Amino acid sequence: MKRLPVHLVMLAWGVVTAFPLLWAVTSSFKTDREILTSPWSLPTDPQPGNWARAWSQAEIGRYFLNSVVVVGAALALVMLLGALVAYTLARYPFPGNRLVYYTFVSAMFFPVFLALVPLFFVVKKLDLLGTYPGLILVYTAYALPFTIFFLHAFFRTLPSAVAEAAFLDGCSHSGVFFRVMLPMARSGLVSVGIFNFLGLWNQYLLPLVLNPDPDRYVLAQGLAALSVSQGYRSDWSGLFAGLTIAMVPVLVAYVAFQRHIRAGLTAGAVK
Amino acid sequence: MKHGRARFIAGVLLPALVLHAVFVLSPYAQAFYLALTDWTGVSGQAHFVGAGNFVRLASDSLFLDALRNNAVMLLVVPLVTIALGLFLATMLNLGSRRGLRGITGANTYKIVYFFPQLLSMAIIAVLWEFVYNPNTGLLNGGLRAVGLGRLARSWLAEPHLALWAVMAVLIWSSVGFYLVLFSAAIEAIPADLYEAALIDGAGPWAAFRAITLPLLRDTVQVAFVYLGIAALDGFAVVQIMTVGPGGPDGSTEVIGLGLYRNAFTYGRFGYASAMGVTLFFLTLTLAVLALRGGRRERLELS
Repeated sequence: MKRLPVHLVMLAWGVVTAFPLLWAVTSSFKTDREILTSPWSLPTDPQPGNWARAWSQAEIGRYFLNSVVVVGAALALVMLLGALVAYTLARYPFPGNRLVYYTFVSAMFFPVFLALVPLFFVVKKLDLLGTYPGLILVYTAYALPFTIFFLHAFFRTLPSAVAEAAFLDGCSHSGVFFRVMLPMARSGLVSVGIFNFLGLWNQYLLPLVLNPDPDRYVLAQGLAALSVSQGYRSDWSGLFAGLTIAMVPVLVAYVAFQRHIRAGLTAGAVK
Repeated sequence: MKHGRARFIAGVLLPALVLHAVFVLSPYAQAFYLALTDWTGVSGQAHFVGAGNFVRLASDSLFLDALRNNAVMLLVVPLVTIALGLFLATMLNLGSRRGLRGITGANTYKIVYFFPQLLSMAIIAVLWEFVYNPNTGLLNGGLRAVGLGRLARSWLAEPHLALWAVMAVLIWSSVGFYLVLFSAAIEAIPADLYEAALIDGAGPWAAFRAITLPLLRDTVQVAFVYLGIAALDGFAVVQIMTVGPGGPDGSTEVIGLGLYRNAFTYGRFGYASAMGVTLFFLTLTLAVLALRGGRRERLELS
């Protein structure tokens, strides 16, 4: 096969993928007038003020911090609980072990839409609608099945000799887990951690239903609300800046750790 | 060391099981019951109506629109995404002069292709709302810039175009992921297989059909299931991007949107749950069919 046509095809898809993203970034530096009159031109006089306006007045900054709090806490909780449960189920035979495992893992096969209505009332009854703890607990609960599924398989592949030696030395059960097994499982934890981080950071449906308080909007939810709210329609440049603020940190982090991230995200599908 | 073993197991499993039971298992179980009631959210006021909700669904024209649109998405989105993903992954890995090695810059291409996978569907929907904007959007602006201005459309306002505009976004956002997935599977195929085919005089298309496709069968099957589930959803893109949302005139209505609207706008929680149950059985059927359809003879690499 000739090289040139192959590269042309690859470049073409690259442009299709990257161009809308680049366009949003450049538009975020334009004036409203430029955006309205010439969508394809570069900004003549870059407007960093758009970003500042989006961050503070349009409250993208607040949404960003809400996302950091909720996703940070949920991620820590799901990794701790998920690793503990997966390890226990993988390494401790006891009556009902399989039942517990399938109780967790079977939840992966149900669409979240099915749970949506009752979940809303469960969270409401617990008085957790529109609160950080409510969102954190729900995020954790819905990320747990896959985390357990993935790490269960992972802990089974680890050798047991080191753990046995640690037990002989008088190490406790939790000591063996935290000091011996967890460090050995690092690569699996990184993969599923990346998977969970992106899945939770990008959540839209759950916060839309469970998080109605605009002060607590998470990033994707807040941006979507801005784009539909009529009052904001006039500030196109601010909206593009908000969009860019929502996209760029994730893309920059990805380019820095791209091999890990791609491996982590695709590992979920191959399992 | 048996000491403290039972306490450790119980201490680990109990908190997680409680969380799972309260927020995951109980909502799923309740949904099946609520689907058989006329509940409107007032506690203690749920009347059992049997299959009544499902009978009403069968004559709810908006729900039938949603079923039709999800069916079209189910046919188009996985097929086009997998075809594009397979094509690009093959080019990326075997596109060099002798057809055996990856092309130069393959990793850079992969970095870029994967971008959409990292973004929330909500953010992607906001982005494409701008791309499709009839006056200031990237798409019409581009068409006008190259002199094809008469092809410019109100992409999301014309009933026969809107669903295609939605599907284009779903495809755009998932090709990169499946390309990377297929690419990893192709890399795992031993190069001598392709070498032998080349010596036997096989062209790239023959090699693709005789080697790549059979050996990627499992991966493609998994991709079908995941993409099918995504095509039965489509909620975020439709809810944020389309007019109405779900319009114009029901042309982009999807099951999830109907469920959300009936529950949280109209307060018809029983009726919405019936939609959720329908979606569940559709998803289940899809997964069973896809996994069964692929369970024919398997090729093993020894």
